[in-house]
Amino acid sequence: MRGWFIPVVLLVAAIALPFVVPTYYVQFVSKAFIMGILAMALNLAVGHGGMVSLCHAAFFGLAGYVLALLSPGYDPASLLLTLPAAMLAAAAAALIIGALALRTRGVYFIMVTLAFGEMLFFLFHDTGIAGGSDGAYVNAKPEIAIAGHQLLDLASPMAFYFVVLFFLIATVAILTMLVQSPFGHALAAARDNERRARSLGFPIYRIRLIAFVVSGAIAGLAGYFAAAQFGFVAPQMLGWHLSATVLVMVLIGGLCSVTGPLIGALVLIVLEEVLKASTDYWKLIEGLIIIVIVLALPGGVRQLWPMIFGERSEERPVRQAAPSIVEGRNG
Amino acid sequence: MDLVTFGVQLLNAIQYGMVLFLVASGLTLVFGILGVINLAHGAFYMLGAYLAYWIAAYTGSFWIAMVAGVVIAFVVGLVLENVFIRRLYGRDHLVQVLLSFGLILVIDEAREILFGKDVHSVAPPAWLSGSIQLTDNLSYPVYRLAICGFCLIVAALIFLVITRTKIGMIVRAGAENREMTRVLGIKFDVVNRYVFAVGIALAALGGIVIAPISTVFPGMGDGMLILSFVVVVLGGIGSVAGAAVGALLIGLTDTFGKVFFPSVSSILIYVLMAAVLLWRPNGILGRREV
Repeated sequence: MRGWFIPVVLLVAAIALPFVVPTYYVQFVSKAFIMGILAMALNLAVGHGGMVSLCHAAFFGLAGYVLALLSPGYDPASLLLTLPAAMLAAAAAALIIGALALRTRGVYFIMVTLAFGEMLFFLFHDTGIAGGSDGAYVNAKPEIAIAGHQLLDLASPMAFYFVVLFFLIATVAILTMLVQSPFGHALAAARDNERRARSLGFPIYRIRLIAFVVSGAIAGLAGYFAAAQFGFVAPQMLGWHLSATVLVMVLIGGLCSVTGPLIGALVLIVLEEVLKASTDYWKLIEGLIIIVIVLALPGGVRQLWPMIFGERSEERPVRQAAPSIVEGRNG
Repeated sequence: MDLVTFGVQLLNAIQYGMVLFLVASGLTLVFGILGVINLAHGAFYMLGAYLAYWIAAYTGSFWIAMVAGVVIAFVVGLVLENVFIRRLYGRDHLVQVLLSFGLILVIDEAREILFGKDVHSVAPPAWLSGSIQLTDNLSYPVYRLAICGFCLIVAALIFLVITRTKIGMIVRAGAENREMTRVLGIKFDVVNRYVFAVGIALAALGGIVIAPISTVFPGMGDGMLILSFVVVVLGGIGSVAGAAVGALLIGLTDTFGKVFFPSVSSILIYVLMAAVLLWRPNGILGRREV
């Protein structure tokens, strides 16, 4: 019973939330959910695939730019056309970068993804595409309209919230299915012992590449809604500082579950909000907190839960299958 | 392009590559010996440039700024190794990435508290501030030539230390097989600390020598970090000679890319990196995976 009780309570709370809190918080939680989607997408590569990527912000930002470029002036773009286009662009970028970066391992992989991510950053920063370093505006939020009749308009914060919530649940569902499928087990096997998985006949390179592309496409989904929410895209959206921040979210939430990074995203975003409100030097404090978390809780904030609430068995099969890559030695 | 312009561009390329080499060799040494990937390396390059600006403005001497900047970076490196980096040995790369990202945030904010976030420029030493007249309308700044010479001397020193001294032997052995070297009785605790401090000092030195020909600005470390990574990927991790080859390749590609293909120059080095990855995934001078 416990297996579905907590998710259902959380879901009911999430649906009830916009009816009881002010609009500002509805937008804030939408933003947190978008970052949660991004963090969960990244964790498919990092936690489940063992690929520490520092270029997911590039996929995120690229999708945002696709929305900005496809938006017709001051009219709303069609969600049904632009969202697949944005995700496709992110997936294509992930395919090219992944195909090259996956020729390398470990620390090389980190450096190569970082460098290619920055290449996309410079592409939008230095050239005239979509306003260069000034960024570009998404003047009207996307909509779904059939024959001129508007069915869904993302301009309303409430509608936006529910659309994001829908995609958040869809992301959790897809990632859970993927991780528990034979494909997901093969991916985890390749992470835990590449040589053994290879000798068992798994096409490691292809499995990792597919996971990387799916992860990039979902990061694009998050980027699309981030651009739609802020109504603005800038090259900083593609920068590696965002990639690293999302990695922090993943680490806070723990690498071994699908929804952990979502919790990590919520924790980090609330933390940033509190710090920004209380001090000018919030980055200093945030940096110190990151260092403490990394050194003290390598398994994520979830490590605190058993200490606070007592031991609790984990239902997720991934957990049992995977000795956390953080604890393993890769040196 | 006539021969003189070509020569000037070639000198620019070499000078750029040499500074890149200073910074990237620090990064590759730290990775090769400590097995730690340090994203905060670029932050120390930025810190070096700000220290040069600050000390030079305070004392009026670029040379004092240079020596003091390197010494400060070295000491900061010793302290950081002792407090944080030491805890990363043998840990997963993800942990190293995130800890050094936390360090970047702290260093950036510390820089803002200490030096502000203004853009500054630093004057080169008086006797190096002139320029050599090449033709009627072309001249070359002496300071850029001096950088070439200075970096060559530093590079020669690094190579001498690594190939000819006992310390260098330990460093090479450590990069080759850390466990075996430890078994043979080498105390890596001490070696690690000094290698890390030297790596940091090299990054800061790069920032100091570049300060008079570029502007000193808060985001300068980020660009340098990415370039250093590309250099290390090109040359092969842990190989100082590889870093030299990679740095010169980047210097040439970037400088001549800007001359011949100005519209795509910013992505040329990444195309070069992609090509090297297709050809030799472990870098030009990197060892093949066993």
